Amino acid sequence: MIKGPFDGIKVADFSWWVAGPLTTKTLADYGATVVRIESAKRPGGLRTTMPYKDNVPGIDRSGFFAFYNANKYSISLDLEHSQGREVAKRLVSWADFVVENFNPGVMEKWGLSYEDLREIKPDIIMLRTSNQGQSGPFSRLGGLGLQLNALTGFVHFTGWPDRDPLSLMFAYSDYFVPHFAIAVLVAALDYRRRTDKGQMIDLSQSEVCLQFLGPYLMECEANREESVRRGNLHHYAVPHNAYPCKGDDCWCAIAVFSDEEWRNFYKAMGTPPWTKDAKFATFLSRKQNEEELDTLIGEWTINHTAQEVMELMQAAGVAAGVVQKGEDIYQDPQLREVNIFWVMKHREMGDFTHMGQPCQLSKTPARPRMPAPCLGEHTEHVCKELLGISEAEFDQLLIDGAFGL
Amino acid sequence: MLSPYRVLDLTDEKGFLCGKILADLGADVIKVEQPGGDHSRNLEPFYHNIPHPERSLYWFAFNLNKRSITLNLATADGKQIFKHLVQTADFVIESFPVGYMKKLGLDYSAIKVVKPSVVMTSITPFGQRGPYKNYKASDITLVAMGGLLYITGYPDRPPVRISFPQSWLLAGSSAASATMTAHYYRQITGEGQHVDVPIQASIVWAITNTIPLWELNGVNLKRQGSVLSGRFGDSATQHIIWPCQNGFIAYVIFGGRLGISMGNQQLAKWIDEEGLADNFLRNFDWASYDLAIATKETQSRLEAYAEQLFLRHTKLELYQEGLKRSIKIFPVYSPKDIVKDPQFQSRNFWVKLEHPELNETITYPGAFFKSSEVDTSILRKPPLIGEHNQEVYQELGISKAELAQLKQANII
Repeated sequence: MIKGPFDGIKVADFSWWVAGPLTTKTLADYGATVVRIESAKRPGGLRTTMPYKDNVPGIDRSGFFAFYNANKYSISLDLEHSQGREVAKRLVSWADFVVENFNPGVMEKWGLSYEDLREIKPDIIMLRTSNQGQSGPFSRLGGLGLQLNALTGFVHFTGWPDRDPLSLMFAYSDYFVPHFAIAVLVAALDYRRRTDKGQMIDLSQSEVCLQFLGPYLMECEANREESVRRGNLHHYAVPHNAYPCKGDDCWCAIAVFSDEEWRNFYKAMGTPPWTKDAKFATFLSRKQNEEELDTLIGEWTINHTAQEVMELMQAAGVAAGVVQKGEDIYQDPQLREVNIFWVMKHREMGDFTHMGQPCQLSKTPARPRMPAPCLGEHTEHVCKELLGISEAEFDQLLIDGAFGL
Repeated sequence: MLSPYRVLDLTDEKGFLCGKILADLGADVIKVEQPGGDHSRNLEPFYHNIPHPERSLYWFAFNLNKRSITLNLATADGKQIFKHLVQTADFVIESFPVGYMKKLGLDYSAIKVVKPSVVMTSITPFGQRGPYKNYKASDITLVAMGGLLYITGYPDRPPVRISFPQSWLLAGSSAASATMTAHYYRQITGEGQHVDVPIQASIVWAITNTIPLWELNGVNLKRQGSVLSGRFGDSATQHIIWPCQNGFIAYVIFGGRLGISMGNQQLAKWIDEEGLADNFLRNFDWASYDLAIATKETQSRLEAYAEQLFLRHTKLELYQEGLKRSIKIFPVYSPKDIVKDPQFQSRNFWVKLEHPELNETITYPGAFFKSSEVDTSILRKPPLIGEHNQEVYQELGISKAELAQLKQANII
């Protein structure tokens, strides 16, 4: 049985943190053989980030790492060591894709630039995804996705008009850049099938972010103005907010667009007398009195659980959704139905819920095959089975320190 | 790279981005609009703030590089023409409510009879099955259900959404990835398939370590304002956003190797050069600073020096001086700042396109990638409503006279 659409595709994965590893996760989940090149001397950032199993830190105990790295092999290599780099080059000659998300210059330092790779394997497809691309004055500054939130406008567009712009508390772009990366990688693979040509793809994460911002960038020049953050207000909807519900920090989001939805909305609340007030009679008057309206709605929602509010509203044909916390999402019956969480027995952590894939392919669904790897877990397997390194050579590499173990 | 392939894009704003990504990759993407144009052509912002279906900057931004035809899928002729089009296509992308395509007789089971190798992608709030599949949804209810809302905001206010819809963009990009995955399988085997894209699940993919934090530690990640909390330890939090002389910047005082790579030591040196340091800062051991055991007091004290420095400079001074000194300080850019930024300009990111109908040139964000093999700098302006009716329908063998009849009957 084939492992998925990418069965037979080989990936040398030099990436770390999130944007690169999530790209190779999708390749692995759909059947590619992905070898993550890690370093026991210098473990990647996620491996040393909370949460840890039983709150005990350890490079093989980070739930953050394991959640996003199912289905991959891990080899430990010391790329500062010449023989470590030699093994890396053998992985390149084995691979169809090389994926990396270091700052520009790092791969060059190891003799693994695109030109170097092409000498090893002329039709290699290399994905380079750094914060700001491979060229330009700020490309070498590096940085984290967390900081791209600021640079690319997401901070500007988040928060309340009466307060400072607000940061998301995580590296947002790290999670959508991989989708763009997969699209272009598969296109490159298809192109190679037709032309026998490989290529280097320069996927600047900041430029990917701007794909989301298009209309708001265009209006600067076209209209000589710019949009700003506006809390939970929406130009075309009222009420439109997250409303407090019964329980500890529980909320339900509600969005009402048309007059018909407004009628359905207040009937679902049992038509409190204030809903008949003239100041809420039309869309424009509701907009003018939105703050008061939100307060009144909150006085009703606080007496119900968020689940009750959602169900009442949905039964009336009004868009509403529980503001789900981690525990709610973990138990969400809809998400269980679409099977996006995969429980697998991790060597160090035991039964652990790994992220699956958000989309469902009817014939070739993504499948859990292996839990996230421990650091260097497959060093021997990769060398011997995938690269054909002999027992004796492997032992010598080990003694010489190529694996940094 | 995808020039041999044709995409029929039936989506509204929930799915625009999927076809846009394929178009940027070179596919022939045909936007199939209802007669009179997509409803979503009425989304703001508008060119010169004049609401009009051919002036929506929102529509322009996500339909760049596509062609447009009009077709009424609810009519018998419309369905038949659509099936002819499917025979010329490799992909169909749609974002109608669950069951709508079936009602038209154009769901995947019907499409695959017309052309078995087609990859059909359906983008819906919750997916094609499950208890919530018919739930009504809008962006705020989806980011709520997907977990992004709860972790954004201040503890003393309601959770807050990003002020423009993220759901559609997360789903559209996730759909492009899955659609291309199915494409590759089709190229190898000749077999098409259906790709089910639930928007909610596409958001859940992007909510950082929320799920493992609950599973392993029984903790719900919570909104805390512009700070990092519970990432490296339980006591200290880390500021992300700081005021500066003319706005805001982003910098995080991390510990250990990460902190060193951010430029903590160079930052301390700069603070000292400006006369803002004392011996505590000068003698601080950055290498052994560990956020897992750091106290709130130490973190606050370190942040207080940085705050003073940042307040003395503009965001661009801090960004540029940071580049010179290898300190990863980033400005909080507004859209106007972004379009002036030297990095994007130096990479020729922006693309100017003529809009003859507006007698104007509009500047667009360019393609999302650069390649050593293909030129991504040439883009096609977003189409007028039905701009390509004639060329597309004539290719199907529909005559000019028939086109006029179809127009009259409100079929195209």
